[in-house]
Amino acid sequence: MRMTGAQILWRSLELEGVKHVFGYPGGTILPAYDALTQSTIHHVLVRHEQGATHMADGYARATGQVGVAVATSGPGATNMVTGIATAMMDSSPIVCITGQVGSKMLGSDAFQEIDITGVTLPITKHNYIVTRPEDIAKTIHEAFYVARSGRPGPVLVDITRDAQQASCEFEWDASVPKLPGFRPDIQPEPATYEEALKMINGSRRPVILAGHGILISEASQLLREFVERTHIPVAMTLLGIGSFPASHPLNLGMMGMHGEAWVNKAIQEADLLLALGMRFDDRVTGELAKYAPKAKKIHIEIDPAEINKRVKVDVALIGDLREVLPKLLPKVTRTDSSEWLERIWELKGDSAVRDIQSLPDEGHLYAAHVINDLWHETQGSDTIVVSDVGQHQMWEAQYYKHERPRSLVTSGGLGTMGFALPAAIGAKTARPDAEVWVVAGDGGFQMTMPELATIMQENLKINIAIINNGFLGMVRQWQQFFYESNYQSTPMLSPDFVKVAEAYGIRAMEVTTRSQVVPTVKAARSHDGPVLINFRVEQEDAVYPMVAAGAALHDMIRRPSPLVETAEDV
Amino acid sequence: MLNTFVVYVENKSGALARVALLFRRRGYNIESLTVGRTEKPDVSRMTITVEADADQARRIEANIYKLVNVLLVENVSAVPVITRDLAMIKVAAPQEVRSQVLELASVFRARVVDVALSSITIEITGAEDKIDGLLDVLRPFGVLEMVRTGIVAMRRGARTSEPNNEQTPDFIEESVSCSVKN
Repeated sequence: MRMTGAQILWRSLELEGVKHVFGYPGGTILPAYDALTQSTIHHVLVRHEQGATHMADGYARATGQVGVAVATSGPGATNMVTGIATAMMDSSPIVCITGQVGSKMLGSDAFQEIDITGVTLPITKHNYIVTRPEDIAKTIHEAFYVARSGRPGPVLVDITRDAQQASCEFEWDASVPKLPGFRPDIQPEPATYEEALKMINGSRRPVILAGHGILISEASQLLREFVERTHIPVAMTLLGIGSFPASHPLNLGMMGMHGEAWVNKAIQEADLLLALGMRFDDRVTGELAKYAPKAKKIHIEIDPAEINKRVKVDVALIGDLREVLPKLLPKVTRTDSSEWLERIWELKGDSAVRDIQSLPDEGHLYAAHVINDLWHETQGSDTIVVSDVGQHQMWEAQYYKHERPRSLVTSGGLGTMGFALPAAIGAKTARPDAEVWVVAGDGGFQMTMPELATIMQENLKINIAIINNGFLGMVRQWQQFFYESNYQSTPMLSPDFVKVAEAYGIRAMEVTTRSQVVPTVKAARSHDGPVLINFRVEQEDAVYPMVAAGAALHDMIRRPSPLVETAEDV
Repeated sequence: MLNTFVVYVENKSGALARVALLFRRRGYNIESLTVGRTEKPDVSRMTITVEADADQARRIEANIYKLVNVLLVENVSAVPVITRDLAMIKVAAPQEVRSQVLELASVFRARVVDVALSSITIEITGAEDKIDGLLDVLRPFGVLEMVRTGIVAMRRGARTSEPNNEQTPDFIEESVSCSVKN
């Protein structure tokens, strides 16, 4: 059947199972938008193309399905760059479709022409420029395959205007694309299993490091079986949160720069680290030379380029966790770790007295209390929290107890402020039955605030918690600790968020004391439409503990506590 | 240590840029990069040399392997290979010294490809050190211009670097041997 390139584009997306795309029209993508009218695909009109990419990303992270963003050439395409880089750093499968000037005008600096495949070369897993309608179906099919296979990532498809307009016979080959240079199905060498098993079964002080790969690989249940068989405690990376239930007795919590003290200390004292689908980011290791000095390290990871990148490991099993773990499972034995677990609980007990949850609020509204109460109110329901970047993100990670995979969506690797609101729109679009909460700071929220209009236009029930401390809080905290409290350019004047929300037609409330938190959260949940809550929290609170840049992982700045002698702070 | 990689890529737009950009992005300086056609019209072959330790070299190989257009990457630094570089050297050679220059060229088995009144152009093929040797002895006469292609490399013996989907990439085998040693 003869179709235009534009019709082929939507038909191909439909055949890939796409139900929603997030986009913004413009000159060179207009032929595609004209043909969209006949498609079954629902188009979410964003307010900025960065938002479209974060929405596609949120959609992907909430479900594991490929998210799709659409934009025009030139500024439309360059506005996508931050979102594409965010997806690249966090291995999120998205496909970005951009219009491009007509193929005869390529290279002539035509109006709104930008070499977007060149621009995105280092921040996409792969990208394509398509100049003929005959290539559209095959390229879309390949793009989806590349985006979701192996270690997922963003793929960009740039389609010239004339390729959208011209017609050809539509042919669809649903079989796995033939890409001789793309081999996502790497298998570990058989000998590495034996090596790994020897180390696991012989360990006395083991810790599992659970990363994003467990979620991507849908291996949470396998991890649980593994832990129940071996009794090895689990520490999570920020993006690994949700891969193992927070309430499980062997879940230690988050590791790293703002990880819990007992988690970091356990890693430093361990004799074996079993790293699953994580990449030893500098935010989780602290000073490399002093990282886990007593531990043998096993790395199970799908990306061969991650092996020995930062931390030298003893055994690497390069492959998909969903295939590797079942081969280890029948051969692992329960480790004799009772002394080890006692040691960890002892460390945990020391920390509990410093925990802000143990401290009286004395009339202050602490962000950690807001997060704790929000968790308490929403626990047990199918909730997705989408956090932005900064202090609130760390408090969310520390105090919201995630029980299920894909219940936290956050930008880890790139640390993109402004991610939360659009990513939440993507998550809610993908999972309309889930309760979706945005947790954002007053700074990051304003970076993508116009997407409030998208929420209204799409009529999405999203709850927004702004953790408003009047500062760019994490930067202020660094200034406090490392720049002698020189608060240069971090105090931030914000609009009245309640009025802003109301201008968009969104119900809004303000909370200034702890006693208001629970009733306001209840009211937000029961309201039949989007709600924004402006939590005016303590202005100069800091996230504890903290591993300073260049410090060893166990060398943490701890929360000053009236109940603890201050001298023994490390 | 100097590492030599043989890389087969699909002959598609941007394939060279993807490989070259990878080195820049990861902070490795390419010493030499050559690219040319192969016996298959849709496949190009690169020879890349780069200064890197064994661990860096393994990661470079793994990163190149991940590129969708790359059909094969092989680090041939530790296997017997033939490497060749080609240079054209334009030397000042007035009448008085011309015979000396020609004599040196013939000692190095280089060919004279152009002669003018005051200069001659010599073409030499060989391993890099042989070309460097000729250059050293020509320099006193005055090297007016020089161009080198950069090195190309091929395995010795019957084994080829032909892309073959069945084989395990050697950096995966290496990751095993490094682990078993410990």
